[in-house]
Amino acid sequence: MPQTLKLSIALLSLIFAGTLQAQAPTSKQAVLEHYTDIAHAVFTDSHTQAEELKNSIVALLNKPTENTLNKARDAWKVARIPYQQSEVFRFSHVVVDDMEAQINAWPLDEGLIDYVNEDYEGELGNFGADANIIANPALDFGGTLIDTLKITPEILADLNELGGSEANVATGYHAIEFLLWGQDLNGTGAGAGERPATDYALGEQCTHGNCERRRNYLLAATELLIQNLSTLENEWAPDQAGNYREQFLASGEQAALTKVLFSMGSLALGELAGERMKVALEANSTEDEHDCFSDNTHYSHYYNALGIANIYSGHFQGTNGDWLRGPSLENLIKDISPTLAKSLTDAFELTQAKLQVMVHRADASGPFASKTTMKFDQMIAEGNSEGVQIIGDVIESLVAETQLIEAMAKALDINRLTPDQVRQH
Amino acid sequence: MLNGKVRKLCAALIWCAALGLNNSVVASENNNRNAYSQPDGQLPLSQKLDFHVGNSFFRNPWISAPATTDARDGLGPLYNTNACQNCHIRDGRGHLPKSATDNSVSLILRLSLPAKNTAEKVRQSQHGPQAVPAYGKQLQDFALPGVAAEGRITLSWSALTVNFDDGDTIELRRPSFEISDLGYGPLPRDVEVSARIAPPMIGLGLLAAIDENTLRTWSDPEDRDGDGISGRINQVKLIGHETLSTGRFGWKAGQPSLAQQNAAAFHGDMGLSSRLFLKQACEPIQEQCLAMTTGGTPEVSDNILDAITFYTHNLAVPSPTRITLKNKGTLKQGRTLFLEAGCQQCHKTSVFTGTSSMPWLEKRLIHPYTDLLLHDMGAALADGRAEFSATGQEWRTAPLWGIGLSKAVEPQATFLHDGRARTLLEAIVWHGGEAQSARDKVLSMSRAERQSLISFLNSL
Repeated sequence: MPQTLKLSIALLSLIFAGTLQAQAPTSKQAVLEHYTDIAHAVFTDSHTQAEELKNSIVALLNKPTENTLNKARDAWKVARIPYQQSEVFRFSHVVVDDMEAQINAWPLDEGLIDYVNEDYEGELGNFGADANIIANPALDFGGTLIDTLKITPEILADLNELGGSEANVATGYHAIEFLLWGQDLNGTGAGAGERPATDYALGEQCTHGNCERRRNYLLAATELLIQNLSTLENEWAPDQAGNYREQFLASGEQAALTKVLFSMGSLALGELAGERMKVALEANSTEDEHDCFSDNTHYSHYYNALGIANIYSGHFQGTNGDWLRGPSLENLIKDISPTLAKSLTDAFELTQAKLQVMVHRADASGPFASKTTMKFDQMIAEGNSEGVQIIGDVIESLVAETQLIEAMAKALDINRLTPDQVRQH
Repeated sequence: MLNGKVRKLCAALIWCAALGLNNSVVASENNNRNAYSQPDGQLPLSQKLDFHVGNSFFRNPWISAPATTDARDGLGPLYNTNACQNCHIRDGRGHLPKSATDNSVSLILRLSLPAKNTAEKVRQSQHGPQAVPAYGKQLQDFALPGVAAEGRITLSWSALTVNFDDGDTIELRRPSFEISDLGYGPLPRDVEVSARIAPPMIGLGLLAAIDENTLRTWSDPEDRDGDGISGRINQVKLIGHETLSTGRFGWKAGQPSLAQQNAAAFHGDMGLSSRLFLKQACEPIQEQCLAMTTGGTPEVSDNILDAITFYTHNLAVPSPTRITLKNKGTLKQGRTLFLEAGCQQCHKTSVFTGTSSMPWLEKRLIHPYTDLLLHDMGAALADGRAEFSATGQEWRTAPLWGIGLSKAVEPQATFLHDGRARTLLEAIVWHGGEAQSARDKVLSMSRAERQSLISFLNSL
């Protein structure tokens, strides 16, 4: 064979291979399947970390010291990392959002659960605000007696949103957070809740009374959280006939993609930029601090936003450090418009960078290492121009990000990003 | 949103247009319990953040002053509830208490004294209903600790049965309200009491944008065309203005703007002052009420009142039911029956909006099924309480758009001003006065026809 022909064949096959690569566009179905894989991974990780939290709580109950209490608090903070990344699944998937009331409801009337400071003002008109389940083996709500002698996960689930008031939060991360930290009585000043470990001591060491019931409550709330997260893990698990993942993947590509993008935009704009940041700025109120007992709100916001970016990039890093990667919206958009894909990547990166500033400022780390900490509840204090600037920058980047999510929707032939349930008449 | 197939079907059926199946007005498609809580489909993204801020203040509770939550303190001392959303449940309708012991949270009782002479009548028409000494114009059945609530509302029912021409019957229930445990002495014998249920919040900015001239064209106060339908514009007080303005909002169109409606609700229902109602909602003899700490002056900051006003302008109307091969026969028949009965004489099907301070609400073809005018609805529905130019027998035509989702949003939702109607059919049968002839035509329909009519209403 002449040299030239050989070369041409080689060249041809090279070109062919190159074309093949360019012509193998990412399929929407593959992206959607990977989306469900991320959901499964995120809820699995949330479940696993909740189990870790329980282990540390058991250690605390076995030996209530400041050390074991602090370890439980650390475990709670770690458990929040995957869960906050899961919130991007809330806004289109009823199965997730319905469970949210049990898992992550906030703000809560802490007087429903345990002792509070004397000047505590519950949500007025909320008869649950001073119920103090831990101190009362039976509760009387307007003539209806509720037996709380045994504090079990089931009883707590029933007590959640008691009387229809969303402030009656008896369960979930924030109930556990309150039980680990106690009330944050520092207003917009520095400091988080200061519950002593002896609140879980038995016998004479017990502080604030009812330690036995408080121990039961903490454990029951954690067990309920584990059950609920496990339910969601199963809803997204592959190869489980009849679960939500199966329904979702069978619902049609455009409908499913609309859900994906709607939920991303809803968390970015309405929930995170709006409810959790702009409202907090308008109200200047510590009540608007999402993780108010632990002062962990900066991380809560950071991982919420990262959860949105995960869906675009198709990447998720679990708590154990392992990466999940697969066909992504980014691949899909690159096939349509590399420019738009780049803008989106930049927008998600900018949001994380702005949130990193918030995290550094809150923890007095990085460029703020020489300063004192400024937690989210201090940033929103009236007249704190530095805090307003930091939060304002994050809001601005989230608005820009949402604009690009809308552009992405258009590029995918989604004309309107609305929740897409069909009327059933 | 319509797919190509349905759009073609619509082209074939002219009535699709009147049903509102038009992409330009479709706002949101959502049949779940949040169907009334979506932002208007044309709301620019740059403004959506304001919508969410307003939503937060609409939803979250207010607390008593003083509190660290400075922005949200000042509740009461006398109040009916502590959050907008408690009555406008998920931005939808309220309901009467299920049983006598239930808390009557989404219900208020308006109080007043009748105008007994010409001078009082003139005063009423210029300034609204006359307050009841010691109680004001509304009964507040909650109070902060240390203050006596004004009273307790007890509800009782009487049943009555109405026959359809085909022999079917329908049972109606009429509520009566007793006020006990009066906190500030006996009420006058001739006190007027009007019960009101919270109305849904959808499409209000679009209703605000309907041109006044359009309302004037629709109105026919002397019934010159002799069709038995008069239709009057309520002329009401716009705070800060000497002359009266066109009323649009409230069961008797007693409020001219959403800003004033919202401020009045903050004041009357939650005891919160704002720039429009600066005084505490306490009567002169309510000394404990007057002595309580306030949450600042005003308690609702201008920012928050504006955010709420923005929010209440921009709640989307859910899109109408999709027309399918399966339902088109029923819906078409229901629509024909609706028109033949003359319902559209007041429940106007289509109109273009005029100008608005929010440009995306302007020049839109909308299908609100209301004329925003007052009509005599007969003795059975009358509350006997005049409100500016509205008589005790007149009510504003209620918008019907989105009404089919009322119970998806709140399963206990009820209809008519005092929530007496459990179903749309009950509500229709209660119609009287100018609507008597339309109501009688419904009574003469067959069961199948009535079902088509209701399906049509549920599709709007």
